[in-house]
Amino acid sequence: MSATMTTAATDHGHEAHGEHHAHHPFQAHHFDTMVQQFDSAKLGIWLFLITEVMFFSGLFVAYILFRVNYPEIFAYGHQFLDKTWGMVNTIVLLFSSLTMAWAVRCAQLGQQRGLITNLIITIACAAAFLGIKYIEYSHKIHEGLLPGALFSYDPNAHHGEGAGHDSHDSEHSTHVTGPMPARIGLFFSIYFCITGLHGIHIIAGMIAISWILYRSIKGHFGPEYFGPVDYVGLYWHLVDLIWIYLFPLLYLIH
Amino acid sequence: MTAIVSELTELDPREEEHSHHPAPVGFIRRFIFSTDHKVIAVQFLLTSLLMLMVGGALALGIRWQLAYPWERMPILGDILFPADGGQISPEAYTMLFTMHATVMIFLVIIPILAGAFGNFLIPLQIGAEDMAFPTLNMLSYWFMWPAITCFGLSFLYGGGPSAGWTVYPLLSALPQAAPGSGFAQTLWLFGLTFIGFSSMLGSVNYMTTIINMRAPGMTLFRMPLTIWSMLITAILQAFALPVLTAAGFMLLADRTLGTCFFIPAGIIVNNAAPTVGGGQPLLWQHLFWFYSHPAVYIMLLPAMGMVSDMLACMSRKPVFGYKPMIFSMATIAGLGFIVWGHHMFTSGMNPALGMTFMVSTVMIALPSAIKTFNWIGTLWGGRLQFNTVMLNSVAFVSLFVVGGLSGIFLAAVPVDVYMHDTYFIVAHFHYVLFGATLFGVFGAIHFWYPKMFGRMMSDTVGQIHFLITFVSFNLCFFPMHLLGIAGMPRRYADPYHFPYLEHLLPINQFMTLAAIAMGFAQFLLIGNFLLSMVFGKKAGRNPWNANGLEWTAPSPPGHGNYDIAPVVYHGPYEYSSPLAGEKDYLMQTEYVPREQVLAANEAMKH
Repeated sequence: MSATMTTAATDHGHEAHGEHHAHHPFQAHHFDTMVQQFDSAKLGIWLFLITEVMFFSGLFVAYILFRVNYPEIFAYGHQFLDKTWGMVNTIVLLFSSLTMAWAVRCAQLGQQRGLITNLIITIACAAAFLGIKYIEYSHKIHEGLLPGALFSYDPNAHHGEGAGHDSHDSEHSTHVTGPMPARIGLFFSIYFCITGLHGIHIIAGMIAISWILYRSIKGHFGPEYFGPVDYVGLYWHLVDLIWIYLFPLLYLIH
Repeated sequence: MTAIVSELTELDPREEEHSHHPAPVGFIRRFIFSTDHKVIAVQFLLTSLLMLMVGGALALGIRWQLAYPWERMPILGDILFPADGGQISPEAYTMLFTMHATVMIFLVIIPILAGAFGNFLIPLQIGAEDMAFPTLNMLSYWFMWPAITCFGLSFLYGGGPSAGWTVYPLLSALPQAAPGSGFAQTLWLFGLTFIGFSSMLGSVNYMTTIINMRAPGMTLFRMPLTIWSMLITAILQAFALPVLTAAGFMLLADRTLGTCFFIPAGIIVNNAAPTVGGGQPLLWQHLFWFYSHPAVYIMLLPAMGMVSDMLACMSRKPVFGYKPMIFSMATIAGLGFIVWGHHMFTSGMNPALGMTFMVSTVMIALPSAIKTFNWIGTLWGGRLQFNTVMLNSVAFVSLFVVGGLSGIFLAAVPVDVYMHDTYFIVAHFHYVLFGATLFGVFGAIHFWYPKMFGRMMSDTVGQIHFLITFVSFNLCFFPMHLLGIAGMPRRYADPYHFPYLEHLLPINQFMTLAAIAMGFAQFLLIGNFLLSMVFGKKAGRNPWNANGLEWTAPSPPGHGNYDIAPVVYHGPYEYSSPLAGEKDYLMQTEYVPREQVLAANEAMKH
């Protein structure tokens, strides 16, 4: 069978593969069809997402254990978290999930302009999320609300300072009630670790979406081939979903 | 050989227009940063064999100290401990057993099973041209090197990490706890993270490839047991390993960012200031063993699968109970997720929980026994081929029985409370990890070597290597059961410091001699492996008259694996089938007309 095929393949080499055998230019040689390639990558990304869920479960186990054993540190610690900024961030991420899903739809329909616009909005939302996170982090670092041994917040000092200091950071003024529990550094260990690792996932997502954006501008995607937009989209929804759990578990508890 | 080739060409080959994709040219793309699964497999194999020698040298260091405590160690001593005049210090001893386990588990057994044989066999046995994600596959190999670098560099800081491979806090969490608890431990954790990344990439790739890349006709229940074992292993790895990565991050954060997940408050270690914290060291043990118990099966299941393949071929009989073999592997893997607490019976865990873990652990004996009986059933009444592959496979089964039985001792809480952290447990896991897995790997190296390199390994040298290794293995490790029952604890640099253990010195010296013999015997394997690449007898496509798809490809297979795209008509173990005609094997790609199958079935009835 193969005499003619061999010459055809070697003559045209890699680049001309597409026209001669009606192969899509982005079909890897070890897949039989575009469908097999799409299914494999889709299964791969879902399996990867399971490993991500398991990764965060390890951290949530720590959360559960300490919440059950020392509920007082959560009752006290959550008061320092800014519910308003948390809410804004939740809306920002949910909106970015919408634009990401919309981008996938645009890629499927071959709407080049919509695809690029939606991806840019998604990246902008991710940047906004990180910006807000930066405001929250720097406020906590400023007040000494740090993990473990680094915790140096002094509740009495803040009580006594009164209105003069409040004008400086009035929007962050925290009304804390109750005595400070001994293990409070543990709460901020959990807070900084989980939200920090989530933030690293946001940065990874921004890199991945930027890569998709670059390929979109080059016109790689269309109804025939939109897989990478889909896979990065799935990852982005998972990162969003993890925040949907983190927000109530850290900010909204009582 | 010619007969098989001509038969193959009689098949109607699938239209396979892109199987003649040109192979990459240039040394670097072909052999260094290759995306070809076969090259990556050989890279994994050579790397892990090199690491086997490193891990073995560390083990000999341990044995030397136990046989001749505080004496100058010959040859290796001057290399490993020049500062102490070739003598092992107590700190160096803790480093030795920590790094021996680290190297053997993370750099030898897991990479040689999943990385080397998984990579080589999965596409070849299911009829795929390559893995689903070749680039990820390449990355999974190259992520091993940052890990090896981190582990290697850790020797330079305070003599190396010394908290054991289980890195329990506080020893691993507080830098002031021991000389090796400083930067060396941080490097160790980075190495672990890289290894975790490598395994995660590999396991996602294996699962996707097995599910999506099978040749036409290769249904799930026509897959060789090797593939089933690799699939189940990949599932274990993907679901369990991220938890360890998360725990590793928390421990790294405790060490570097000042968090306190595993550090309780008010602990004074080595006259340092009391710790500020509030965390729980026990959390580490739960998270660690949630991965590391399934990891035991990650280190065993692929060898089980490969041994099933080899036993069937060398007995010229179908595997006894093919489906029970699959279901028992799946049961072992499933139970493997809910038994981690049996490592923690003496940790201060709730005794009621200990009872639960004891019951689930003992249940693992059931699927394990099914597998053992099926292997014996496969051998029973077969035409056994007496060669290196067979010897190593039978050694696998018998040593697995010994290791499995001592496991039942340790599963029972009352017995474990006595045996915990004694040499009995050292005997148990060496029987399973070395006795079972490594003998299975030795067999697999001899069995698939002709497919990897196109030449046969010397069977005579292989049998001598087997004999010396098998005898010296048992002489070295069996007495450890007795030491454990006599109460000798593991991880003590000088157990003879205690009068009740003084009389154990002679038996330890004997075991060390056996260990040295075992170590030197491995040069036979390495020599046989390397020299056979040049001097070995040329192997055809199917030197063992086996059935699997890999034996229809050229030896070694070219880029894209098959010159004729395989179509599968049978299960993998049709040995001595009445349908095979003159031969005693029926390859998975050989088409048998339906009338012939019905006629054979009729003939069987009468």
